[in-house]
Amino acid sequence: MTSRLHRRTVLRGMLGGAAVSVGLPLLEIFLNDNGTALAQGAPLPVRFGTWFWGCGINPDRWVPNVEGPDYDLPPELEAIDGLQGEVSVLSGFNTILDGRANWPHSTGVAAMLTGIVPETDGAFHGATLDVSIADTIGNGTRFRSLEMAATGWPGQSYSRPSPTSVNTSTVSPFELYTRIFGDGFVDPSDSQQGPDPRTLLRQSALTAVREDARRLEGILGSHDRRRLDEYFTSLRQLEQQIELSLSPPQLEGCERPAEPRGEELGTDLPQARATHRMLAEVLVFALLCDQTRVFNMLFSWGLSALRHPGASSSHHQLTHDELVDPDLGYQPQATTFAIASMDAWAEFVNLLATTPEGAGTLLDNCLVMGHSESSFAKSHDVSSLPVLLAGRAGGAVRSGVHVRGNGEPVTRIGLTVQQVLGVPLAQWGSRSMTTAQPINDVLA
Amino acid sequence: MKRSPHTRALGGLFVGLLLAAPFGCGSDGSRPAASPGEPPAPSPAPVATPSPAPRPDPPGDVPAVDPGPIAMRRLTQEQYRATIADVLGDDIVPAGRLEPDTRQSGLIAVGTSEASLTPSGLEGYDTIARAVAEQAVDATHRDRNVPCQPEALTGTDDACTGRFVRAVGRKLFRRPLRDEEVATRVEIARNAASDLADFYAGLEVALSTLLLSPEFLFRVEVDEADPSNASARRLTSLSMASRLSYFLWNTTPDDELLDAAEAGELVLDRGLADQVDRMLASPRLEKSVRSLFSDMYGLEQLEQGLVRKDPSIFPVFSQALMRDAREQTLRVAVEHLLTDDGAYPSLFTTRHSFMTRPLGLVYRVPVAAPDGWEPFTFPDDSRRAGVLTHVSLLALHSHPGRSSPTLRGKFIREVILCQDVPPPPGDIDFSMFADDAATSSSTARQRLEAHVANPACAGCHAIMDPIGLALETMDGIGIERDTENGERIDASGELGGVAFDDAPGLGAVIAGDPALTRCFVQTLYEYATGRVSVAGERELLDYLTQSFGASGHRLRDLLRLIVLSDGFRTTSGPRAAGGEP
Repeated sequence: MTSRLHRRTVLRGMLGGAAVSVGLPLLEIFLNDNGTALAQGAPLPVRFGTWFWGCGINPDRWVPNVEGPDYDLPPELEAIDGLQGEVSVLSGFNTILDGRANWPHSTGVAAMLTGIVPETDGAFHGATLDVSIADTIGNGTRFRSLEMAATGWPGQSYSRPSPTSVNTSTVSPFELYTRIFGDGFVDPSDSQQGPDPRTLLRQSALTAVREDARRLEGILGSHDRRRLDEYFTSLRQLEQQIELSLSPPQLEGCERPAEPRGEELGTDLPQARATHRMLAEVLVFALLCDQTRVFNMLFSWGLSALRHPGASSSHHQLTHDELVDPDLGYQPQATTFAIASMDAWAEFVNLLATTPEGAGTLLDNCLVMGHSESSFAKSHDVSSLPVLLAGRAGGAVRSGVHVRGNGEPVTRIGLTVQQVLGVPLAQWGSRSMTTAQPINDVLA
Repeated sequence: MKRSPHTRALGGLFVGLLLAAPFGCGSDGSRPAASPGEPPAPSPAPVATPSPAPRPDPPGDVPAVDPGPIAMRRLTQEQYRATIADVLGDDIVPAGRLEPDTRQSGLIAVGTSEASLTPSGLEGYDTIARAVAEQAVDATHRDRNVPCQPEALTGTDDACTGRFVRAVGRKLFRRPLRDEEVATRVEIARNAASDLADFYAGLEVALSTLLLSPEFLFRVEVDEADPSNASARRLTSLSMASRLSYFLWNTTPDDELLDAAEAGELVLDRGLADQVDRMLASPRLEKSVRSLFSDMYGLEQLEQGLVRKDPSIFPVFSQALMRDAREQTLRVAVEHLLTDDGAYPSLFTTRHSFMTRPLGLVYRVPVAAPDGWEPFTFPDDSRRAGVLTHVSLLALHSHPGRSSPTLRGKFIREVILCQDVPPPPGDIDFSMFADDAATSSSTARQRLEAHVANPACAGCHAIMDPIGLALETMDGIGIERDTENGERIDASGELGGVAFDDAPGLGAVIAGDPALTRCFVQTLYEYATGRVSVAGERELLDYLTQSFGASGHRLRDLLRLIVLSDGFRTTSGPRAAGGEP
């Protein structure tokens, strides 16, 4: 097991060693007997996140042999050594195509997140599951969800409120910090003042905007009314943000971190690793302050552009162009990226696992789904997508097991995580992927 | 490399035909189009727009059109910034995060009819709206933006607030404000001014509500019955004003256009033609051409820092270089198509260009100006001719560490010629490549032969690779080279049965390909209407293509033809959800 650092140590160590002001830890006296809720009854929030990496893994070197708890760690899973108790491995769940094309590097992720195999390249036929979960648990926070991408391209996001819109990723750690902890964030350590009269005026200003939108609704066709619905959703979030900026966050663990510095965006692996680390550190503070309960972290895109500095080929190109080494049985260069992706995943999970919250850790109150768009990228295999689950979702999830899907639809994973987070779904997915069976092995 | 007589003859013949084609408009005083082997005459640097003479009627009967639907169009980032500058002053800084534009069916312009606003997007617009509103009525700018003086700086003044809201709101919403829209804002401003004891703080809040309204962030198009044709719907005069202005100027309508719209003139042939001719003669037309080419070619990626090269492989690379590369292509398009009124096909053969010092390092040519731009003409024996040999497109359609004939070929097929390249079939087994051939070969041509040797890949790669290989004498950032890994590069190939020897030869063949102008007409039409063209518009597109040819492929004439056509002026009605396109 990873040793759990004291929260002060963790917070001090974050953000490049910059000094941060450390508030009092959440004392156990404030907690109920189980340490899962504040004594006055409000439970610690449960959060959901996705963590995506592109171009998969080599199944022979990634899927554990042992099922259930205490599973073994093949070479490409070694990164989670010490975290097995926190991470479940789901292998062998199938994207059932029902005769539809397997669009390279897009079918797997669209099917995983919407439950629907896309008819055309790049299409998402419905909202992604993170959006459904945000509809359920994300309405009371300043941000319904936070999207982040580590390789510098804001358009790279698999979070889709509708088939035609994308929740754009924030790619700069500094910008992420400013969005969350800049204007509109009430620092609990600041002395309490009355609300800024300008904030109250902003609330009244939005009533005029809402009236405009209502009048507009009457003259639009159905295509535009649907788009205006998304506008209303966004307007509600903005109203919520203003409302929440009138009083400080309620969680004891909340404090404003130091500004991230020295970012360098790009697709070189060291750049992506550093950016990912900085984004994750800001995210941890956002979660501790309950600024959001849903997040989507994209380590690399489906067509992974990750590259070793000075190399002429990217990860994705290598998965197609590189020889399978006959002695090794895999592509040595391409595989370095699969390993680096698992290293980054382990770093992310470890960050949550070593951040104390209540009587446990932040990870205890999260469910993070790590996934890729293919297993063996050279052949675009979507018949056994690699999926990882980390965290216990506040006690609803049993972690640390390896579950084999044996060709069962991958929608069972999506159904499970949505049900865990309280989305009122009896079944999920389309055609042969329709399922009403959650994966009981990962439920507490 | 020697160009074959065949290719030279083809290029020369084609341009000769163009010059001989009967067209009567816009050619007065402009120089002939550049052609291979004939250096273009020097041209004036600034955009001097010739006033368009009255146009003759296009040939033949205008076909009936069964047009497509209308939809709200979200302002692009560029349109948002231009509108703020036009309405509130170009020294107002809209600093902040605008929701990224989304491209659908190849165009951001089409994406604007699909895009909505996500929570993080509206959050960004809110931040910008407050910053813009604060600047617009601050002590420096209030005299310019507020048409009246309040009774007292520390009090309320409903009358002055109302005048301000009506004046600014008309420009932002592109129509007169309704009374209730004004009244709500006057009330909000009154409360704010009274709470903060500051009249202008009230205006600031009122202005921010306009900037955050869906009526500003989206261009709402409205249709009405057409009195001259009971079965047809047309855009209202006010909707025409927005459609015209954002198409031809990429910004909000000016006062004159709004006045004409409010007087109902833009649904009348004569009134519309008057405004269109005025707009086509304006220097603002340049904005439209820049926006069109940036959108068509995806050049915003160069500006937004999304094209990255490995500095150890391409030491000359910098983001500033990429921005210069984009600007070079836009300057060439504007000069060739507007300033010189040149024929569209010769954009693919012109030797005329512009340089900066950083670009000179890539093109390996001397640049006298220490900073800024200077005109430059490549010599006849240069491998550079036409936009396809620009650093912008070469770098954009390459990998971070090397060139990509496949990506370059795909771009030419899909964007320049509007030809579909099927995606790789989903069930293909990529592991059946002859791996050794794929990695150990010296040139891209040899590497790609591995794909073409495989029947499952051959069909599509045969569409893309031979064209892209013609550009292989320019590497992943656009620097000329003769060899790759010590092997001599063979840039010859053929397109549509016409052989070429090198990149200028490819440009000449493309310039003569009939698909080129049909593709441009369709793209421009879809850019104008914000949607994919529908079956009922096919005959109109054919007609527009013929008329474009008859005009000598002059862009201004095509723009005029499009906006005066029923395809631009009429609609099937508001788009239904889930409806195609």
